Amino acid sequence: MIEIKDLHKSYKMGSNSLHVLKGINFSCKEGELVAIMGSSGSGKSTLLNILGMLDEADEGEYILDGIPIKNLNETKAANYRNKFLGFIFQSFNLINYKTALENVALPLYYQKMPRKQRQEKALKYLEQVGLKEWSHHLPSELSGGQKQRVAIARAMVAEPKVLLADELTGALDSTTSYEVMDLIQKINDQGNTILVVTHEPDIAQMCKRIIHLKDGVIVKDEKVKQVRATANV
Amino acid sequence: MFNRDRWQEILEVLTTNWFRTVLTAFGVFWGILILIILLSAGKGLENGIRADFGDIATNTMFMWTRSTTKAHMGLPIGRNFRFKVQDVATLKEKFPQLRYISPRNQLGGFGGNNNVVRGIKTGAYNVFGDYPEIIKQEPMAITSGRFLNYNDIDAKRKIAVIGLGVRNELYDKEEEVLGSYIKIQGVNFLVVGTYKKRSSNGNGEEGQKEIYVPFTAFSQAFNRGNDVGWMSITANDGYPITNMKTNIINEMKKVHKVHPEDTRAVGFFDLYQEYNRVESLFGAMSFIGYFVGVLVLLSGIIGVSNIMLIVVKERTKEIGIRRALGEDPWSIKKQILLESIFLTIISGMAGIVFGALFIYGVNALLDANGPVDMFMNPSVNLGVVTAALVILIISGLLAGFIPAQSAIKVRPIDALRTE
Repeated sequence: MIEIKDLHKSYKMGSNSLHVLKGINFSCKEGELVAIMGSSGSGKSTLLNILGMLDEADEGEYILDGIPIKNLNETKAANYRNKFLGFIFQSFNLINYKTALENVALPLYYQKMPRKQRQEKALKYLEQVGLKEWSHHLPSELSGGQKQRVAIARAMVAEPKVLLADELTGALDSTTSYEVMDLIQKINDQGNTILVVTHEPDIAQMCKRIIHLKDGVIVKDEKVKQVRATANV
Repeated sequence: MFNRDRWQEILEVLTTNWFRTVLTAFGVFWGILILIILLSAGKGLENGIRADFGDIATNTMFMWTRSTTKAHMGLPIGRNFRFKVQDVATLKEKFPQLRYISPRNQLGGFGGNNNVVRGIKTGAYNVFGDYPEIIKQEPMAITSGRFLNYNDIDAKRKIAVIGLGVRNELYDKEEEVLGSYIKIQGVNFLVVGTYKKRSSNGNGEEGQKEIYVPFTAFSQAFNRGNDVGWMSITANDGYPITNMKTNIINEMKKVHKVHPEDTRAVGFFDLYQEYNRVESLFGAMSFIGYFVGVLVLLSGIIGVSNIMLIVVKERTKEIGIRRALGEDPWSIKKQILLESIFLTIISGMAGIVFGALFIYGVNALLDANGPVDMFMNPSVNLGVVTAALVILIISGLLAGFIPAQSAIKVRPIDALRTE
């Protein structure tokens, strides 16, 4: 599903440049649930941004489901993000003047799906994350866990190839974190490919594979025995 | 462009901060209001002045003789001469473009002695010897009886058409005017009609105190022979009298053996030139109206642009989210532009409506208090309103352009980092 070869990325900070990613090689098959771990500054967010086409690599190859991702203009990148990727952010990033339903329906709107169809589909996904009754509430009327579940529904609604989650439990308490991870595991069980960036070991243990990043290189890539989140709830 | 979600979003964005939106809108509102008021005031002045000209034939010149200042063909300097009746025929033949040539003679004048007597009443009036065409050049309404005609000219009838001012001074209120006689410098004239001139300019009263008698009868009664005091010459539309007047005057100089370079011998007044001068004044006024109005509007537009920049700044993160979710940059740009155009047009419309109400109010006030000199029926026509709308749309686009550009210039990753 994801194929990365010799990925380099550096940021210019004034006169000296900061080499963040120093040759990342990794691949990931369909249906995997991968955690990317590392301390801050290890380059995990940069990697996720490149995978998410929010940022471009200086060097190296990135192939997503057989499609080489390079030299994208903004319109093309937006189109790919919309069709291939679902984002889940640490700070939820819901649009605060739109209801839960409208937030979930946004990616479909960008696909120019008719309004009615869009809302039906969005409602279906809201139901999946257990928030059907909250569909007409604004984000400010939802708890953190609920917000994150709306964000997950939003990431899922366009049926992307890959879900990218950036510290998705970072702003949640541990009980809520496990609830959210339970949801993520269930989505993964349905066969969706998910990449989770985290620095919390217990969250990482709930994935099927952990990639340890340190100073811009992969130091360890291990399959783990998945801990089901339900056990901890 | 016209889908429900987009408009819903535009409304949501603009209504989140009502006070700011209204303040911003006020700038544009004010600009367009000033524009409308300035243009309508200019139009009001124009209407007023045009009404003063009334339906006077404006393509007209007046021409009279003075003493010569150059000796010519054996004739001395300082010679007095007069136009003759046959000059009219000469001019008509030479200049077929001329519509009316009215030879005129006159008695009395400003501050003249009493020259008209009726019974025990007397008065000082302008008495004109005229041809019937004069009514086409100097329109007047015949309020009773009739005006002069060619039978009067041919038969040299001693008849008179008097102004309402004359009537009021020489007659009692209920007295019958038609069929009575007035004595003009000792000669009796039968009154056959009364007139009223439509006029609101300064010499309005003077205009009602005139007496018109047939040119031929005048000449005979007051011993003018073939002399003509002055001429009123109107050309056909499309032939500006201003371009023809030199030729006409030169022709007259030739006929009367005046030195061609004698500029004093023939005096003239070019009404058309004066009228055009006023016309160009109207042009200048509407230019100033547009200029000032558009400048005021411009500051409103800059206000909109400024606010849109702030809106974009505030929504940087949101824009980042939307781009991460796959909205293409054009759509975002379009959104910002539409917001800006929408805001401009709504406030501009309000300005136009308010301006229209203002004009309506001024008109109602003018109607209630009677006519005012040099000002009448201020208005803007549909063309101006259309122009204002076009200006609004363009300026809305301009106002939104820079903010829209800055909205898509931020990379989504940077936008997401903004807290």
